[in-house]
Amino acid sequence: MYYQPEIETMSEENLRDLQSERLKELVAYVYERIPFYHQAFDEAGISPEDIKSIDDIARLPFTVKQDLRDGYPFKMFAVENDEVVRIHSSSGTTGNATVVGYTEQDLVNWGDCVARALVAAGASTKSTVQVAYGYGLFTGGLGAHRGGEAIGCTVIPISSGNTRRQIQLLDDFNTDILCCTPSYALHIAESALEEGYKPADDLQVSAAVLGAEPCSEGMRNEIEEKLGLKVHDIYGLSEVMGPGVAWECDKQQGLHVCDDHFLVEIIDPDTLEPVEDGQWGEAVFTTLTKQASPLIRYRTRDITRIIKGRCACGRALTRIDRIAGRTDDMLIIRGVNVFPSQIEEVITQFEEITAQYEIILKSKGSLDHVELHVETVPDFPFDEVRKLEALKKDIARELKSNLQVAVEVKIVEPKTIGRSEGKAKRIIDMREGRQ
Amino acid sequence: MISQLTVFIENRKGHLAQACRVIADEDINMRALFLADTTDFGIARIFCDCPEKAAEALRGAGFRAKVIDVLGVRVPDRKGGLAELLEFLDRENVDVEYGYCFSINENFAIDVLKVNDASIELRLVEAGYALVQSEEVYALDDC
Ligand SMILES: [Zn+2]
Repeated sequence: MYYQPEIETMSEENLRDLQSERLKELVAYVYERIPFYHQAFDEAGISPEDIKSIDDIARLPFTVKQDLRDGYPFKMFAVENDEVVRIHSSSGTTGNATVVGYTEQDLVNWGDCVARALVAAGASTKSTVQVAYGYGLFTGGLGAHRGGEAIGCTVIPISSGNTRRQIQLLDDFNTDILCCTPSYALHIAESALEEGYKPADDLQVSAAVLGAEPCSEGMRNEIEEKLGLKVHDIYGLSEVMGPGVAWECDKQQGLHVCDDHFLVEIIDPDTLEPVEDGQWGEAVFTTLTKQASPLIRYRTRDITRIIKGRCACGRALTRIDRIAGRTDDMLIIRGVNVFPSQIEEVITQFEEITAQYEIILKSKGSLDHVELHVETVPDFPFDEVRKLEALKKDIARELKSNLQVAVEVKIVEPKTIGRSEGKAKRIIDMREGRQ
Repeated sequence: MISQLTVFIENRKGHLAQACRVIADEDINMRALFLADTTDFGIARIFCDCPEKAAEALRGAGFRAKVIDVLGVRVPDRKGGLAELLEFLDRENVDVEYGYCFSINENFAIDVLKVNDASIELRLVEAGYALVQSEEVYALDDC
């Protein structure tokens, strides 16, 4: 099923033509309206007329998060306040927050992007969608909400938290589609099991559209099995729009980018040169239709790659792989590059432990010391020391062979690992000079 | 079989105390506690009144806790008593995962054994061993 078949099944060639047209309009638009881009283009010796098609994209300068912070609050807006109907903002833990504005048309387009994702996950006007993302300045809640309403679904704006109530409404309101973060979906599943539900049988929910943090294959399988549904990854970041920039169809073979609204490139984060299709690198997005907060070549710091070939679902929309990590999350442990997602892949292979974990990095002398904290599943025979010791050894061996790094495994009490209702903080870096 | 409450405890300051506090706050009497520990975790094996209720409270407080059936045998009061008991289990092909010994009210000693075959109880009785009943160790009234 498609929400907008005219776009989703458009030929590759027509999509490229549409993107080129929109890119030409965009560069003229931002050059005229945003002093930051006017100056950046001038400094790069580029005038809007130089951009004739998407093949010229690499001639344009990048935009980084710091540029958005420096523009706080409204310097990066291309429209006056009277056209802005909503503002979202990401937290300013390091420096100023980033502020993103939306015109009414921006919200319509955003709703369309999310609606495509929901329809690809099986939504129709008859569906009930439970939005357990946080509502507020964070884009998750209202983004998913608008998508559900665009289709004509029944939307439950429960927001995140109050897990008992989430489970009760999943049951009482016959929710078909759950939208939240993967770690929260897992938390809901585990809580339902602990309360004595058999969620896979008792709950009607048939799909979960999960985003805002990475979800490994193992974690996805665990959620699918425990809740008895299909997980669809949805990607987006507030600077670019919010959830819906890319999403999985029912083939689950990568995320389709909404090419008509976003132009994706994959670059090498060191050289800043584009990589070949299929190679891993940093995702860079140019917004093709945004009116209030357009962006040219925004560096996301998210690591992914283009998946080559045509998807069996019939969409020609570009596919990117699941986010493998963040360029700044990449851990260098004893000189080895390690992505947290690699550790997660190993953890989820073990049925004896839950998907909740914490990685603690410490300095021992001049060496990095890695500790992994995990907890057993409730029915593990933890009264037998021998079995616990064997489990620790097995996990450590598997990590060593996958990461080439020695990891000390510790089994901890469930209450030790913080349960998240939003984004999970999995890595605690206590190495000298990192606090 | 008697019910032993098992709690997974991290080897960190105050964690065992926290677990005991949870049980105490439920107004549950603890009768005996044994700690098996390794460098980074310990297993607390506890006999207390209302073991299921205690396990529930501990789980609610974020512990891994469960109730496990263990064998309780009155130790024969003579030399080699324990050795004979273990040899008997061996002959009957029953594996012992772990065991420990304690006394209630200093009147008699009890051997507690985690075995892999519950049907051994009947054979022990037939062989003349005195099994310990749960009410001799902890109370199940008012749970
Ligand atoms: Zn597809």
